[in-house]
Amino acid sequence: MLERLGLLPPQASTVALQTDMLYAFLVAISVFFAVLIAVAVIAFSVMYRRRSENDVTPYIHGSTALEIAWSVIPLGVAMVMFGWGAHLFVTLKRPPDDALQVNVVGKQWMWKIQHLEGRREINELHVPLGRPVKLTLTSEDVIHSFYVPAFRIKQDAVPGRYTTAWFEATRIGSYHLFCAEYCGTMHSGMIGKVIVMDPADYQAWLTSGAAVPVAAGAAADGAGPNLAAAGKDLFEQKGCLTCHQPGSVLGPQLAGIVGHSVELQDGTTVTVDDDYLRESILTPAAKLVKGFAPVMPTFKGQLTEEQVMQLIAYIKSLGPSAGTAGAAAGTGKTGS
Amino acid sequence: MTSTNYINADYGIWSWLLTKDHKRIAILYLVSITAMFLLGGLFALMIRLELLTPAGDLVSADTYNKLFTMHGIVMVFFFLIPSIPAVLGNFLIPMMIGARDLAFPRLNLASWYLFVVGALFALYAIFTGGVDTGWTFYTPYSTAAAHTNVIPAALGIFINGFSSILTGLNFIVTIHRMRAPGLTWFRLPLFVWAHYATSIIFILGTPVIAITILLVAVERAFHFGIFDPTLGGDPVLFQHLFWFYSHPAVYIMILPSMGIVSELITCFSRKVIFGYGFVAVSSMAIAVLGFLVWGHHLFLSGQSVYASLIFSVLSFLVAIPSAVKVFNWTATLYRGSIEFAAPMIYALGFIGLFTIGGLTGLFLATLGFDVHVHDTYFVVAHFHYIMVGGAIMGYLGGIHYWWPKISGRMYPEWPARIGAATIFVGFNLTFFPQFLAGYLGMPRRYHMYPPEFQVLNVMSTAGATILGVGYLLPLTYLLWSLRYGKVAPDNPWRATGLEWQTPSPPPTENFATTPVVTEGAYAYSDMHEAEFI
Ligand code: HEM
Ligand SMILES: [Cu+2]
Repeated sequence: MLERLGLLPPQASTVALQTDMLYAFLVAISVFFAVLIAVAVIAFSVMYRRRSENDVTPYIHGSTALEIAWSVIPLGVAMVMFGWGAHLFVTLKRPPDDALQVNVVGKQWMWKIQHLEGRREINELHVPLGRPVKLTLTSEDVIHSFYVPAFRIKQDAVPGRYTTAWFEATRIGSYHLFCAEYCGTMHSGMIGKVIVMDPADYQAWLTSGAAVPVAAGAAADGAGPNLAAAGKDLFEQKGCLTCHQPGSVLGPQLAGIVGHSVELQDGTTVTVDDDYLRESILTPAAKLVKGFAPVMPTFKGQLTEEQVMQLIAYIKSLGPSAGTAGAAAGTGKTGS
Repeated sequence: MTSTNYINADYGIWSWLLTKDHKRIAILYLVSITAMFLLGGLFALMIRLELLTPAGDLVSADTYNKLFTMHGIVMVFFFLIPSIPAVLGNFLIPMMIGARDLAFPRLNLASWYLFVVGALFALYAIFTGGVDTGWTFYTPYSTAAAHTNVIPAALGIFINGFSSILTGLNFIVTIHRMRAPGLTWFRLPLFVWAHYATSIIFILGTPVIAITILLVAVERAFHFGIFDPTLGGDPVLFQHLFWFYSHPAVYIMILPSMGIVSELITCFSRKVIFGYGFVAVSSMAIAVLGFLVWGHHLFLSGQSVYASLIFSVLSFLVAIPSAVKVFNWTATLYRGSIEFAAPMIYALGFIGLFTIGGLTGLFLATLGFDVHVHDTYFVVAHFHYIMVGGAIMGYLGGIHYWWPKISGRMYPEWPARIGAATIFVGFNLTFFPQFLAGYLGMPRRYHMYPPEFQVLNVMSTAGATILGVGYLLPLTYLLWSLRYGKVAPDNPWRATGLEWQTPSPPPTENFATTPVVTEGAYAYSDMHEAEFI
């Protein structure tokens, strides 16, 4: 109804309805207080308008009971707002484990998107209906912000770090994708579409159509190689293998490290996540793994953000067991 | 028969430019700030005209980005922040506490010169190509990507910051040391309390923004890695530093206005304020709590969930003292003797607009909800309700109320009432539709937009036109009144307060003899009829 009247954007994700319910609650509370004050101000203004130049007014200097009441009641109401909002926020920050992974890189002035299976797209994001999708976002230049009003989600894409967002689409269709953080001349042109498809159509889409080639030499027609395969190619081309192959003492083993903790030179430990992997590739000296010399060169400037994401996808694809995931698998000195 | 007063005490341009009289300095500020307001308003009108159609056809994208940036910089740093303290605060604080001047008159004059130099830097930046970073100067856009005059604009803000710091310092020392005999802290007018709280923010907060903006200039000029990740910096660090000042800065804009509204409501309902102590203390509470909530601008920056939870809860706390004030003003009207003079219309309009702005602030503090509306027109509407609806309504109400004292002439009542009503109507038509556009998903700082947002934007532009006319009205008739207005008596409103016990306009030394204070502010009511509820 409200949607048809043009007062709500389409409700196309699982959190859209929740956000709108919270909105309705906030509006109701606000209308209540605003009307209360408006009625009081108008009523007093009419009832007590000046009648003669010599009106005498009573000396009512205050009332502690009233002051306390109108501090504590709004405080209670505010805490309900806080609790409800916090609950929704935590939901928005915890992607389900089975979420489909999609990587997003913002760049003046476009959204570059990579699906794990290899399809890449620009300013369009195809997703299946009814399946949680987790986005990993970063930026190649300035801060952008990934905003889909129909899903009620927004997340900044910050250069130099990864942020995440997730949603589960509930309605087939095509929805606005905006950049919400001012990013320069064509900020308002950094617009795309999110296309929600029937899961079967989505599968068909994933494996067909002309994808953008992932890396030089990759197949230019049909879908590109999946991200992990593209990452594997890079891993070999960029010489990572020299130090990170099975049995190498030059660099730590990478198979199975994701999600585990690693002991560092300074005695601290760090959990291996996307941010740690990214940092280790681009600024290896920042966190040195215990037992290895600082010999790894930086790859800063040699890899695009998308390529870093491909490498990470590859490292994640290396199973914990030796030999299954190709050259780099094996035993290593990673902590657990 | 005219006696000597601060205006005719001395003649010639230099007697003004070298004056140490706080009242003359206030007039210097009034003139320069009004000029900046007109410039910022002109930019606003161009922004709104551009947004009349979805296509982005009036100006280019670059020009548009410069327009909203310069609108923001001029309005925030060169209008809103200095407006009430530097004009009305300067003029009134010494008089309200029975002093002859501020504690440091020369420093006061220096503050004005710093303001002018800062403004000249900003104008230089504007007229030699403009700035396009947004008034928030977010990095790394401002340090690495923007091709515009960031450095001169940043220096302008840096220099202007010192003007704020010195004004705050001057007020604090003056309020501590120069009160008339008998004027205890809890007899001070609420206008003075509000400025005391504001001054604390000035001196604690302004150095942070000054340094931060300077760091932006340094990184731009010398490529130090402070904020730019490709140089090893942290882009989100900037946002923390920026909002550490700029959130409290919102209270710099609104607290003095609240002080004015307290004066107006009591005077025009001829009644003592309800809950003086609570209103006074809530100003201080706002100033202190205001420093603890900056992280609510960073909910989507990737800051930790726990930090967001804490900043959210603190943001709700800071709303309570504001709510208390609104209830107290309303309660003051109860059984009053209410006169709808123009300043009172502004004050009542303030209550309406500030209530809407404040309540929508709660929306933004609500974590999961903010995710959807952050950086949309919902935010633009919210901050205009507070900063333009709140701060400017108070400012104009105050200008009208004290105009007889400042100029020695009465403003014409009917045009003033029509002006206040026009502003109220135009304001709501301009900014209310923006809440709706924001919830529908229209991002801010957009030069083009999808066509479904057009209806709301057309309403907004129509409102802005009415609002523009509304602002020009006072400018016209106040200037007119300087020459043709009725000569003002010393106390046209039968108000309490020491400033009304001197002639209009006041003599240079404010008071012939130092007044002695024997009762609290707002002795409007009949004390014999003391009633407690
Ligand atoms: C006729 C009155 C006004 C209109 C129509 C107007 C319009 C606008 C619009 C449309 C924007 C948003 C630009 C965007 O985000 O794309 C904006 C931003 C802003 N306005 Fe106003 N405005 C008006 C008056 C004022 C006044 C009086 C002030 C302060 C005294 C003010 C302060 C600001 C600030 C700080 C921004 C943020 C600029 C930025 O995004 O960098 N505005 N205004
Ligand atoms: Cu962008």
